[in-house]
Amino acid sequence: MAQDRRTLIRWLLGSGFTASIISFLYPAIKFMNPPSVPEASTNEITAGKVQDLKPNSGKIVKFGSRPALLIRLNETEWRAFSAVCTHLNCTVQFRDSTRQSWCACHNGFYDLNGKVVSGPPPRPLEEFVVHVRGDEVVISRRA
Amino acid sequence: MSNSGIKRRVGGWFEERLGLDSIRQFAAHKTVPVHSATYWYYFGGITLFLFVIQVLTGVLLLLYYRPTPAEAYESVQFIVTRVQFGWLVRSIHSWSANLMILTAFIHMFSVVFLRAFRRPRELTWLSGVALLGLALGFGFSGYLLPWNTVSYFATKVGTDMAASVPLVGSHLARFLRGGEDVGGATLTRFFGFHVAVLPGLTSLLLLVHLGLVQKFGISLPPWVETLYRGREKNIPQMPFFPNFFLRELMAWYVALGVLGSLAAIFPWELGEKADPFASAPAGIRPEWYFLAPFYTLKLIPSHVGFVEGELLGLFGFALLAIGWTALPFWATNQQGADRARLVTGTAIALLAYLVTFSLLGYWR
Amino acid sequence: MIPQTVFRNSLASILFLLLPIEVLEAKDSCVECHGAMEGNLQAPALGFPTDVHQHRGFGCADCHGGDRNQDDPELAMSRARGFLGKIKRTAVPQLCARCHSDADLIHKFKPQQRVDQLAQYRTSVHGKKLAAGDEAVANCVDCHSVHNIREVRDPLSPVHPLNLPETCARCHANQTHMAKYKIETNQFQDYRKSVHWEALAKRGDLSAPSCASCHGNHGATPPQVGSVAAVCGTCHTLFEELYNKSPHKPVFASMGMGGCVVCHSNHAVLAPSDDMLSGNTAVCAQCHEPSSAGGKAAAEMAQSIGNLKAELNRSEVILTRARRSGMEVSEALLELREGQEALVKARVAVHAFQISSVSKPVSEGIAISRETYRAGESAMKERGFRRVGLAISLLAIVATLAGIGLAIRSIEGKGQETHE
Repeated sequence: MAQDRRTLIRWLLGSGFTASIISFLYPAIKFMNPPSVPEASTNEITAGKVQDLKPNSGKIVKFGSRPALLIRLNETEWRAFSAVCTHLNCTVQFRDSTRQSWCACHNGFYDLNGKVVSGPPPRPLEEFVVHVRGDEVVISRRA
Repeated sequence: MSNSGIKRRVGGWFEERLGLDSIRQFAAHKTVPVHSATYWYYFGGITLFLFVIQVLTGVLLLLYYRPTPAEAYESVQFIVTRVQFGWLVRSIHSWSANLMILTAFIHMFSVVFLRAFRRPRELTWLSGVALLGLALGFGFSGYLLPWNTVSYFATKVGTDMAASVPLVGSHLARFLRGGEDVGGATLTRFFGFHVAVLPGLTSLLLLVHLGLVQKFGISLPPWVETLYRGREKNIPQMPFFPNFFLRELMAWYVALGVLGSLAAIFPWELGEKADPFASAPAGIRPEWYFLAPFYTLKLIPSHVGFVEGELLGLFGFALLAIGWTALPFWATNQQGADRARLVTGTAIALLAYLVTFSLLGYWR
Repeated sequence: MIPQTVFRNSLASILFLLLPIEVLEAKDSCVECHGAMEGNLQAPALGFPTDVHQHRGFGCADCHGGDRNQDDPELAMSRARGFLGKIKRTAVPQLCARCHSDADLIHKFKPQQRVDQLAQYRTSVHGKKLAAGDEAVANCVDCHSVHNIREVRDPLSPVHPLNLPETCARCHANQTHMAKYKIETNQFQDYRKSVHWEALAKRGDLSAPSCASCHGNHGATPPQVGSVAAVCGTCHTLFEELYNKSPHKPVFASMGMGGCVVCHSNHAVLAPSDDMLSGNTAVCAQCHEPSSAGGKAAAEMAQSIGNLKAELNRSEVILTRARRSGMEVSEALLELREGQEALVKARVAVHAFQISSVSKPVSEGIAISRETYRAGESAMKERGFRRVGLAISLLAIVATLAGIGLAIRSIEGKGQETHE
């Protein structure tokens, strides 16, 4: 009887202890493994490859938690702005015919410097800096 | 060679070089008195255990945290949302910080009520009070690190209070803030305090504190002493290893379970990123362990006679702190007898004040 | 005895030295003498240093005639030298236009400045009545002030966008003044309730409309019924486009009702809300019976937009809860913004007054909000997974506790030295 009891204790203690240690070590080890997106702050993002965007066109990319508008003017010139319209926060788009950023909600227009050309927006679009590294396009905040 | 044979050989190798046997002898003889108040003896060990948890989770957080205004909040957000089990490590760190300070207070008050500070344990008491101060320093410096609205303004209020100390106030505030205002310099500085200065000091003081505890053994409450006067050998004792230690281990496991549950069910909030140019939101208050002095200062009128109210308040706290630190020296009278009623009365009054004003500070 | 001229010249020289530097550029005896007088005769000279004309080197005599170089009042203010004295109210526009309609002259100072103000003024109600001899209507100086005229962009000018409504209201909100014209005087009061005034006065948005933006400034005329939509449409372009294609346009035109004003009012333009479609404060119900096609369309639009709002709200609630628990939902929150844009677009689409126009953005928005809701649900599931993980580790902990407890019991049960 006593032997059974002793075995039970040993078993409980041993496996319980082992299980609890594993349940502490497992998260710790997983924690130390860097996640796939190693950078924390959204001061810079990679917006894709150079070939992905044709000249005189634009696309929306995610910059942190807000949309950004990347515009390729020609083979070599790029622009990037916050795509959040300063009027009522709709997402703007690039109009290649007039080379302006346009907000469909209330017809706001911005020029290639982000300044308001016409319509209700009260402030210009925040401009970002675009670098081309090899064949990757990188958008970052202005210093 | 047999299994136990290997163990003996390896053990012998280390024994020759480290002299572990004397430690083993000492450990085997360490005992803990058993009486109605034995349970209070656990709280010191729990506080120590929680401190170790803080160090471990803190080191893990260090792998991802960035101490600049531009990145602090984002790095904590990153830890909590992108790093695997980051939410768990962060919440455990925040909850354990609070629990550690709570158990430290419980430990301190139990020491007072059980008179464990009496001769020859005065230095143990002093090092313990210093450790409590360091723990509060950990809390204050760590609170700023997530760089959210609450922490920014709580730090502002806290350092403003430091500035109102007479003579050295402005220098003290400047030293704490790393400049005239709470900003990036403050964050860097607090980070340095939190991960280097305070841990270093705490480690030293812990060695002193624990060393003294080993030296003098576990103290006996006065009524046990009286009961067994002349028959000290008959005082019920429990061997530290393995009996008390196994019980302590149970307490630690319970603490782990509580921490895990708190982290999973009540995760620590991120808050909003601090904006130094925004006005302070209504109802800003410091963490709970600073609530009592905070609320007291709020109550004091701006001027009492010709003295500034805040100054009077701080002076009062200073007196209280000094008086409390000097407890072992006024707790016994000239003849060495325990000023029982005075000490117990003061302790109960202080406890009542802290609890009441903390609650008031929370709800008002 | 000193000859009078010598005396006056010396006095003038002394005064000359005491005068401010700007006036040192050219002598102006009018300002010198009138500045030393009192009351009404002094007032013009006091304000004149702030006048834009003075800054360009013009003086009193350039409008009033006379000779600014003469200290002798009889010479300075002689009719022979063109002195006009106080200008009659009905003669003011022509006097100002003497320069301000002269393109060559004005463009020497400001190349882009318009020179058609008089022509415009003549087409206005003010201009026509003044020409007929009515001195109670506004002329140039009533709005622009006189002797201390500032540029329009100067914040202290009475015609600066921020000050203009009050300037018009000086007459147009005065019942005694307007009584004989049988024009109402509540426009300024109404305008102050409007979003346009809020944008102008509280947010300082100078592009927001004030009186002149819709009524014109020099050619001030209330917009005709037929041109209301075009006037509003100068800023609210999308709405004008939609309205022009909508069934309301021909109907309102035939009823002699002025477009946008019918639902949104002219001066008291309040912030619009979905309540305008249905409910107690609905504007549609003012014409459309609930059982009519129009009434039903309004109700459907209201319900449609209400649905979208509710779905978006649901998504936002669950995503916020997930985010607060530390879940990563930034992608979903980004998508939700698009859903909120769809709501904005739906509200704009109301102005086509067709259900189909509204249904399109609404259904897009609902699709988005359903997807984001699913994302929120999966985030909450992850939260649940954590609880399961917690339960497992708690199980391990409890097992260990039990083990330790039993171990203690067995150690102490073996008769070790414990006195319980």
